[in-house]
Amino acid sequence: MLSVKHLIDTYSLTADDITQILDTAASFEEVNSRAIKKVPALRGRTIVNLFLEPSTRTKSSFELAEKRLSADSLSMGGSTSSVVKGESLADTIQTIDAMNVDMFICRARLAGTPQKITENTDAIVINAGDGKHQHPTQAMLDLYTIRKNFGHLDGLKVAIVGDLAHSRVCGSLAPALKTMGAHVTLVGPPTFQVDDPDWFGCPQTASLDDVVEDMDVVYMLRVQLERMEGAAIPSRREYNRLYGLDMRRVGRMKDDAIICHPGPMNRGMEINADVADCARSRILDQVNAGVLTRMAEMYLLLGGENNAVSD
Amino acid sequence: MPFLIRGAHVVDPQLGLDDVRDVLIEGSTIARVAPAIDGADGVEVIDGTGKYLVPGLVDMHVHFRDPGFEYKETIETGARAATHGGFTDVATMPNTDPVTDSGAEIRYQLDHARQAGLCHVRPIGALTRGEKGEALAEIGDMVMEGASAFSDDGHGVQSAGMMRTCMDYVSQFDRVAIAHCEVEALTANGVINEGRSSTRLGMFGWPALGEELEIYRDIELCRLTGCALHIAHISTAKGLELVRQAKEEGLPVTCEVTPHHLFLNEDDITDAYDTNLKMNPPLRSAHDMERLVEGLIDGSIDCLVTDHAPHAQHEKDCEWEIAFFGTIGLETALPLMLTKLVRTGRLSWARLVEVMAVNPRRVLRLAPVRVEAGSVADLTLIDPEQEVDVTVDYFESKSKNSAFLGQSLVGAATDVFVGGRRTLTGGVVTQA
Repeated sequence: MLSVKHLIDTYSLTADDITQILDTAASFEEVNSRAIKKVPALRGRTIVNLFLEPSTRTKSSFELAEKRLSADSLSMGGSTSSVVKGESLADTIQTIDAMNVDMFICRARLAGTPQKITENTDAIVINAGDGKHQHPTQAMLDLYTIRKNFGHLDGLKVAIVGDLAHSRVCGSLAPALKTMGAHVTLVGPPTFQVDDPDWFGCPQTASLDDVVEDMDVVYMLRVQLERMEGAAIPSRREYNRLYGLDMRRVGRMKDDAIICHPGPMNRGMEINADVADCARSRILDQVNAGVLTRMAEMYLLLGGENNAVSD
Repeated sequence: MPFLIRGAHVVDPQLGLDDVRDVLIEGSTIARVAPAIDGADGVEVIDGTGKYLVPGLVDMHVHFRDPGFEYKETIETGARAATHGGFTDVATMPNTDPVTDSGAEIRYQLDHARQAGLCHVRPIGALTRGEKGEALAEIGDMVMEGASAFSDDGHGVQSAGMMRTCMDYVSQFDRVAIAHCEVEALTANGVINEGRSSTRLGMFGWPALGEELEIYRDIELCRLTGCALHIAHISTAKGLELVRQAKEEGLPVTCEVTPHHLFLNEDDITDAYDTNLKMNPPLRSAHDMERLVEGLIDGSIDCLVTDHAPHAQHEKDCEWEIAFFGTIGLETALPLMLTKLVRTGRLSWARLVEVMAVNPRRVLRLAPVRVEAGSVADLTLIDPEQEVDVTVDYFESKSKNSAFLGQSLVGAATDVFVGGRRTLTGGVVTQA
């Protein structure tokens, strides 16, 4: 059992919680390699995928994870839901809640939305990304990918590079890595740096070149293009030159160091095309781990201990 | 009916009075103040034993939303809240709809306040037409109709040139310009203090500099134009330091602070994203908070104001980033000050009366109220032992968005007199 009822953020998770999620996800590897990729663990459970902002990979990852656990699921999007008709979040949640659902998976443009959902339902809530705040299921799949590669997390040196201040991926990955004993360095232009790096307890630097050869993992964040030119950074070209991961920088990395990216990638901006496809890249492993870890999170939070997973 | 308030501890720093007195009110004025006054037929005697009697409290920064947003508050419900909180006077900010930027709008508020028959309402007029920061409002017209001060509260006047024009123009009248200091180019999209809380909660920060830079600008404009300047809802240590320096230089600069900036800070905003804690300016750091308390005690801060900002439930019961800014405050200000500062011995009663009654009247250019014969009988009687549980049912205000919900406080007004009329009787609002 996890120490939390909901999965809202990563700084509420203990090392034991994270290990449970990763170990449980590992036990689903076998299920996902079968011809018939389905277990009855969540049969009869109802899960609502409430995606109030557009999402492709996270949403499809959750939907597949739900199907493989035999849950009944319903997907609602921002453009089809009542939210666009001006309904309040509380009303939306109470309406769905009245239909007796067991779990909400929520993606939202505004920070704190998953927490607000918990105040309006008894169902369990998983945060699938809220504004610039948190994206804990992304962090779990990242940790799974990194642990699978190295066999452990403690002591690893990880650079998170890019638009730190606007990134929920950074917001949840950095605390989770620290909880597991990894050393995190934040790298980005000053205009993308977090307001208070002390909150993360991580060093923050503007120079990728200063740190790249010391890292076990270089984690490139997506630059949201709408935050880009003319504002926080001058151009796509200059960003690539200063902060993009190109083969020259990859050549300076440790022999066994790996590259991650949460996707979708801006090839040629934060990551060059040849780097994205090189042997160090674990980007598709991350996608694969997404289904496994989300299965594990739903299973653990919905109290699936009554259903044997493996053996 | 004449009232005789017996045995109350009277505090009036204007007279150096801090002792038990009997006070006789006849008609609209105070008839006598003496160690002992005999009762007479037809005089209602009020036992003031154990209570404090002070010049009527003034809140010089409230939003009554009337006209335009009557679903949040009206002049009548706002006046009820003010009375319940122990106030005899409030100054209403002009961000109504239409904006209070002409004499007719001032008259509207005064008429409605008269109909409500509770506290004095002292309307503040806009500096610029529509609070758009582009053209002068009819400031002279508003002075002639009874405006108490001028402000574009809710926004800073973004153009330094426009603010200079406003202050130049206001300087011909005996009125202050009240500055809401916010450089929008720096605070754009900010919904929470920039720093620990913006990082922790993942939202755009509202940096302290956005406030401090405009405080600095307006102090220099005060120096240039000679127009008296009052800094609204000061929230940072650095901003307070700038005001201190200006005062030392002898400039006509004053400032005010709210209870929420004195008693709450950004660390009180938890993962629950309680939108009643969303303010403009935002709750700052614990360090800023402590410096503001010191400033209030040492006299650097002149006035305690509530920035009473009523909002309907649906405007607060939503995600933080789209929730409205502000908290109501009229009914919790005095209990908070008594509980957190007076009871703890940090603030004297005399200083409390200065920041909640004497100084705001001076800034608003109102006639002083003194607890002496001949003065108008605008008085507040306070029971320092009265327990207050802050629940939604406690409020007279039409809106319930209080940052202090759930707190248990000690000390509150029990009786209020406005021009000799008893508007609060044993804690109950008594409308004429």
